[in-house]
Amino acid sequence: MSDFPRWKYALVALVMLFGVIYALPNAFPPVPAVQVTANRDAPPINTAFQQKVEAGLRAKKVAVNEVFVEGDHLLVTFANSDVQKTGSDEIKALVGDGYTVAFKLQSNVPHWLGVIGARSMPLGLDLQGGVHFLMQVDQKDVIEKQENSYADDVRSLLRQKNIRYESVTRSAVDGQGISVILRSAEDRKTASDAIANEYTDLNVSDGASTGDRFMLKVTVKPEKLRELARGAITQNLGTLRNRINALGVSEPLIQQQGDSRIVVELAGVQDPTEAKKLIGAVATLQYRPGIGQPGDARAVEAARTGNIPPDANLYYMRGDNRPVLVSKQIIVTGNQLIDASSGIDQNSGTPKVDVTLNAAGARKMGDFTNANVGKPMAVVYVEQVYETKVVDGKEVRVPKITETVINDATIQGAFSKQFQTSGLGSPKEASDLALLLKGGALAAPMDIVEEGVIGASLGQDNIDKGFKAVLLGLALVLLAAAIYYKLFGLVADIALFFNLVILVAVMSLIGVTLTMPGVAGIVLTLGMAIDANVLICERVREELRNGSSPHASIRAGYEKAWSTILDANVTHLIAALALTTMGTGAIKGFGVTLLIGILTSLFTSVTLTHAFTAAIHGHRKLKTLSV
Amino acid sequence: MEIFNHDSDIHFLGMRKYTVAIAIFLMVASIGLIAFKGLNYGLDFTGGVSMVVDYGQSVEIADVRGALEKGGIHNAMVQSLGGTREVSIRLQPKDDPGAVDAAGKFNLDKIAADVLKVLHVSRPDAKLKSRDYVSAQVGQELRSDGTVAAVFVILGIMAYLWIRFERRFAIAAVATEVHDTLVTLGILALVQREFDMTVLASVLAVIGYSINDKVVVFDRIRELFRLARKAEPEEILNRSINNTLSRTIITSLFTGITMGALYFFGGTAVHGFAVTMLIGIVVGTLSSIFVASPILLWLGVSKKDLMPVTKENPELARRP
Repeated sequence: MSDFPRWKYALVALVMLFGVIYALPNAFPPVPAVQVTANRDAPPINTAFQQKVEAGLRAKKVAVNEVFVEGDHLLVTFANSDVQKTGSDEIKALVGDGYTVAFKLQSNVPHWLGVIGARSMPLGLDLQGGVHFLMQVDQKDVIEKQENSYADDVRSLLRQKNIRYESVTRSAVDGQGISVILRSAEDRKTASDAIANEYTDLNVSDGASTGDRFMLKVTVKPEKLRELARGAITQNLGTLRNRINALGVSEPLIQQQGDSRIVVELAGVQDPTEAKKLIGAVATLQYRPGIGQPGDARAVEAARTGNIPPDANLYYMRGDNRPVLVSKQIIVTGNQLIDASSGIDQNSGTPKVDVTLNAAGARKMGDFTNANVGKPMAVVYVEQVYETKVVDGKEVRVPKITETVINDATIQGAFSKQFQTSGLGSPKEASDLALLLKGGALAAPMDIVEEGVIGASLGQDNIDKGFKAVLLGLALVLLAAAIYYKLFGLVADIALFFNLVILVAVMSLIGVTLTMPGVAGIVLTLGMAIDANVLICERVREELRNGSSPHASIRAGYEKAWSTILDANVTHLIAALALTTMGTGAIKGFGVTLLIGILTSLFTSVTLTHAFTAAIHGHRKLKTLSV
Repeated sequence: MEIFNHDSDIHFLGMRKYTVAIAIFLMVASIGLIAFKGLNYGLDFTGGVSMVVDYGQSVEIADVRGALEKGGIHNAMVQSLGGTREVSIRLQPKDDPGAVDAAGKFNLDKIAADVLKVLHVSRPDAKLKSRDYVSAQVGQELRSDGTVAAVFVILGIMAYLWIRFERRFAIAAVATEVHDTLVTLGILALVQREFDMTVLASVLAVIGYSINDKVVVFDRIRELFRLARKAEPEEILNRSINNTLSRTIITSLFTGITMGALYFFGGTAVHGFAVTMLIGIVVGTLSSIFVASPILLWLGVSKKDLMPVTKENPELARRP
């Protein structure tokens, strides 16, 4: 008689099937590929383009596997990463600047698996090579900037309310806020109320007063400071994402780590200089008076002849490259911009961008727009990248400045602190502009605190070794268990094998990045998962020795071992949990693997083996057990 | 097949004075080693620059060191990464003055290029496989994070055992746990194995492994106490250890086998992990047998403490 319910058999079968299907994608290793994407101004990628690339590579005798168009990009796959490197160089030379050429690992997983959401585990940098950076965001700088801006605002407010003040200064010591010196106690009271009413993010308190100097201490509220810090990280993340997209890495990982760090991982990249250049780039915005419309006769003429009016600069529009003349006078710079957000204009129904300036910027903007309604105003985007050049045998850092006009619009009426740019082509264009306005610059400077380059060959080496270690570890334990516990050992072996399969399936489904410590975690899980079976087998043996019948021994063995297995695994789980809470990547990967492994092993070593044992022994009369 | 006599009746607790004395000695020695000799912290903790260089033909560590010295790069640490062709070179940015600019910032690529240039003078077959930089600050944080994680693990386990078993079990487990962690660290300090992030992960995993072992014995102790009519603690503890002895050793062997496979085939990236785990398995297994139960005995465990709490039913009590 079997005491193992039917539904449990069904469950076990279902889980085994799930494991096999969702672990399957990992059996199809991705192939090295190169992805070519057209930049905004370049002609789109089509069959003709594909043929051109194909012919070009053939002429250079680069062995390719496949060349095909997928969506808006072209993919070229190669046999190995060495050919991929040469191929990429050739393609770059072939297609020119209008296209972004990036390394990619092209998935080889059959289509039907992708449909049901099965995918292979992403590989960590240590398994596929690449560069990684860990950057520290300088939060002090953000606070300093914001306090300076508040000091500006407070000055304007006091002037506006006709409160006489001696000085408004930001304290040189960090965290001390702004000190406002007033002439009388009454003034101080009015000023305090006015500031508190107008700026709810500020704390106002009376400071020490000497003679006719009455001090008011203004500090930014801690909530606001936290919000600022969060905002700075988000903005830096956004900016980095934009810049790294320009680099053309197919799947960059750009993530916040902890409170003030950003981790960047670029798989497949072997030379970090280009990436570092972009990360270190300084970008600013300038609002400047426009001269004429983009692409109008004067601008085209100036671009053709090189005769540029002395008070103007000739720039090109971002995207369509139309020439445009812009005055040299700067109205407002990006430093004075507080916020930019995109939306839909209620009146015209067209996409728009709302911009907010600080007090100083608002004043200048107000003065300018008052006098220039109906005239164009351009937004110039200035990006500064430092390049290292060798001059006279010495390395010199040379700034390379790129200036483009990202927007040129007509001033519809006077405005100052808040205004909007409407009539943009599409919501995408609006959000791009908002992002550029706000995110073009980094909110706070960043320092690289960790950097690493892992060679591609080292990655492949690690994969091979890791694979070998897992298989060998598994094989040895399987063998040992089969010898020591015979039939029960074989059942445990099936369970252990499926534990590996289900563990891989769950990791793939969740999308846990596989790293070398993760591989170590898998091997350790295999070693420890057998423990539950050892406990069960030893129990069954004990029961048999005590004279129980085989069936009773199996039942008692599973029952009595269960409480031990549970206690042992829960304590182990606590340890694994602590590992996952550690912020750093390597340990986290290990901890997550261990955590999932403990859970899957609980199922496989107890429920799965019980099902098999019941199926084998359940309906027979037994004299002995092979254990 | 059976390796262990299932009727084994070794009087483990009879040796408790000696075994615990040895355990205490090992702990003190480990603390001494960690304090005075110190752990050989890896790049993850100290900060600095690390490079892995691969040679076409085998190379002597001393030659690499010599080449670096001759090229003006002093104080570099050169270690073999198993085999004779792969070496790791570790240095602080300040060891290569050419790569640090006036602002104190430095260029990892420059250092890597400098080192490679120096190595190429005598051995053109040197190839750079990877290079890393970690700032000292990040390393510092990692060290404190690791300590916090270890304390968290130990306290979490203690709380669970307190609830599931009883106070004395929790204390005995944690005391043994601290012993295992310290002795593992002590051995790492003694042999001066590089202590990097994966080794830290391994040490934390050792905590998880060894508690597993103790819990199995404790579970048996609880069971035997509940079953026994006349519970003489020393005898029950001894019987529990003997009953679970086969399982304790077999599991250790199985886990040891997998870690051996990892050590021999997993490559240099996981060497430290596997070695630490192997040390931890040995220490943990021995302490499960020789240390945990004597502590439990001294704490005065008894049958009364382990009987399942039955709800008093007033209705039943009133009946005649």
